[in-house]
Amino acid sequence: MSALRMSEADLGAMMRAKLSGFVTTLRDNGFIIGLAEMRDALGVMSGACASRPSRFRPALRALFCSRHSDWQKFDEIFDAFWTGRGMKSATRMTGAPRKAPSGLQAVAGGRGLGDSLNADHVQRGEDAEQTEVGQSKREGASHTETLARTDFRHLTDPNDLAAAHDLAARLARSMRARLTRRMRARRVGQRLDLRRTIHKSIAHGGTPIELIHRRRKDKPLRLVVLLDASGSMSLYSAVFLRFLHGVLDAFREAEAFIFHTRLIHVSPALRERDPQRAVERMSLMAEGVGGGTRIGESLGTFNRWHAKRCLHSRSCVIIVSDGYDTGPAEQLGAEMRALRRRCRRIAWLNPLIGWRDYVAEAAGMKAALPYVDLFAPAHNLESLGAIEPYLARI
Amino acid sequence: MAITLPQDQVAGEMAAVGYVPDRDLATALWLMNSLKRPLLLEGEAGVGKTEVARALALARDTRLIRLQCYEGLDQSSALYEWNYQRQLLAIKAREGQHGLNADQVEEQIFSEKYLLERPLLAAIRQSKPPVLLIDEIDRADEEFEAFLLELLSDFQVSIPELGTISALTIPMVILTSNGTRELSDALRRRCLYHYVDFPDIDREARIIVSRLPHIDAALALQIASMVNLIRKEELRKAPGIAETLDWAATLAGLDIRVLRDEPEAVFETLMCLIKTAEDKTRMTRQVSDRLLGKVA
Repeated sequence: MSALRMSEADLGAMMRAKLSGFVTTLRDNGFIIGLAEMRDALGVMSGACASRPSRFRPALRALFCSRHSDWQKFDEIFDAFWTGRGMKSATRMTGAPRKAPSGLQAVAGGRGLGDSLNADHVQRGEDAEQTEVGQSKREGASHTETLARTDFRHLTDPNDLAAAHDLAARLARSMRARLTRRMRARRVGQRLDLRRTIHKSIAHGGTPIELIHRRRKDKPLRLVVLLDASGSMSLYSAVFLRFLHGVLDAFREAEAFIFHTRLIHVSPALRERDPQRAVERMSLMAEGVGGGTRIGESLGTFNRWHAKRCLHSRSCVIIVSDGYDTGPAEQLGAEMRALRRRCRRIAWLNPLIGWRDYVAEAAGMKAALPYVDLFAPAHNLESLGAIEPYLARI
Repeated sequence: MAITLPQDQVAGEMAAVGYVPDRDLATALWLMNSLKRPLLLEGEAGVGKTEVARALALARDTRLIRLQCYEGLDQSSALYEWNYQRQLLAIKAREGQHGLNADQVEEQIFSEKYLLERPLLAAIRQSKPPVLLIDEIDRADEEFEAFLLELLSDFQVSIPELGTISALTIPMVILTSNGTRELSDALRRRCLYHYVDFPDIDREARIIVSRLPHIDAALALQIASMVNLIRKEELRKAPGIAETLDWAATLAGLDIRVLRDEPEAVFETLMCLIKTAEDKTRMTRQVSDRLLGKVA
């Protein structure tokens, strides 16, 4: 070990600069690399591998990758960086449309694809700022933070969209970790079941040799998510699906549905291990229907066929929709009332709330509002994160 | 230049005990050893993740300590537990005797004698570094993962009644995951990473030969390419290496030399590779013959 770490000093400054450039490129591409990994990498390069630079690749890959997606990207970035084409090509390569998740291309449409082929990372950031995200300035923060505050409908660049998806997945993971932790912390430890212990001890003349433990049964928070996948929501649903996929993973009893003109049960597809594939399967399901949204009717289907199985006293129903209903508003109101009786809370997330001057004037939205406990915006990642404290209280 | 790189040495050691690692895995194993970092192996079921740990233990001639993770796994079943029954008996037995006060009794019953060692504690108390296999970490809960993180960075455990126990030697830690749950970034960062893929035809043939020394090398190559083709079919459960070995043993037992000459026998023995009813209906005689046609 010491031989590996000692010789850092011997390593040329040039090599060190080159390596840190490589690490920067990797970080730009979503790798999480800390100082310890850097130090180990330097050790490896100056130590046992120094005689054979061709052996850098597997060593650095083992050190710097931490998940399968990293593993898949690594070779491409490595080649681009070390074979002399430099950093620019490495970033550009991952920004190229064919690397963009296929589920997203439909959402992104034709716009922006051509540009991203030629633009590099920094330039694109500035473009976006000038043209589309005019109102949300960078505020001196990093690129990711801007993304968190950017309305999803401004994300036309596949690279940014992919980054937003990654952010959504990460946000979901950290949120899920905190929520499950809180749930666990509440039921503290094992307790002795005195009654049964004493009963058992009779056989041993009253000495409690066998200790019987008792665990409090806990009824975890159950989430049921109904996601609007109609035409008017198409810009948001892809990111939401990715987010939901991450959140639902933790809640073993969670159920997810999407609806447009009908209701589709998507939990099995969402349980797909690979988030990208899940999104793809989902967009396949949603395809070909488009057009209007019949929220009332879809809720009716849910109440009739699924509610009994899905809901209990510690359930929270989250509806993600802009509230543009093509069905009669009375029906929506009635179904909302029926739903209200069955669950603990109803949260309605509406991407439009994030827009300036938004007033809930769609007839459907107005009819539903009296039965909604939380009416919150969901137009960017920051607003998604903001619903966590609400869920934690239930 | 004829220097042997340390990773080639690792590859040689592993091959000697019947595991044929690719260059990347050999490098990762060497790094794991020299940097004293845990190694996280991911990959589909059946690619031989667990086997890596077993082979490493064999190659290093050391103990393999395995912790199988499951939902609800807690510290007491992973680390240590007090033997309550024995403690109570000891207290009861001393009841009639005088001379020991309460403190002394307590000291006695919370001693090594009444401690039940579980895999993690066992792993850090070996005089020779063992291989610690933490299998299917994705099945354990997140709180257990957090606890593991602490143990893997400090290699010491504190037992309230006994004090802190530091590791005698640092075990070689291998974690495996099937990806049923996303692992935390913190755990991933602490580990080296290797994605285990199905071996290519050449390597799989070498694996077959190393496990079944009496098999004809040409047959092994045919078997490997056939399995490779089957994996490309859209099956629910792609055959793993263990299945390949079963099949190879069966074919060798039937004294088959050239697969293409015996399509009947090949189809009938294919059931060694197929694990679900759905795949069985998909893998018809026609499919089998079509794939066989492609095997050189």
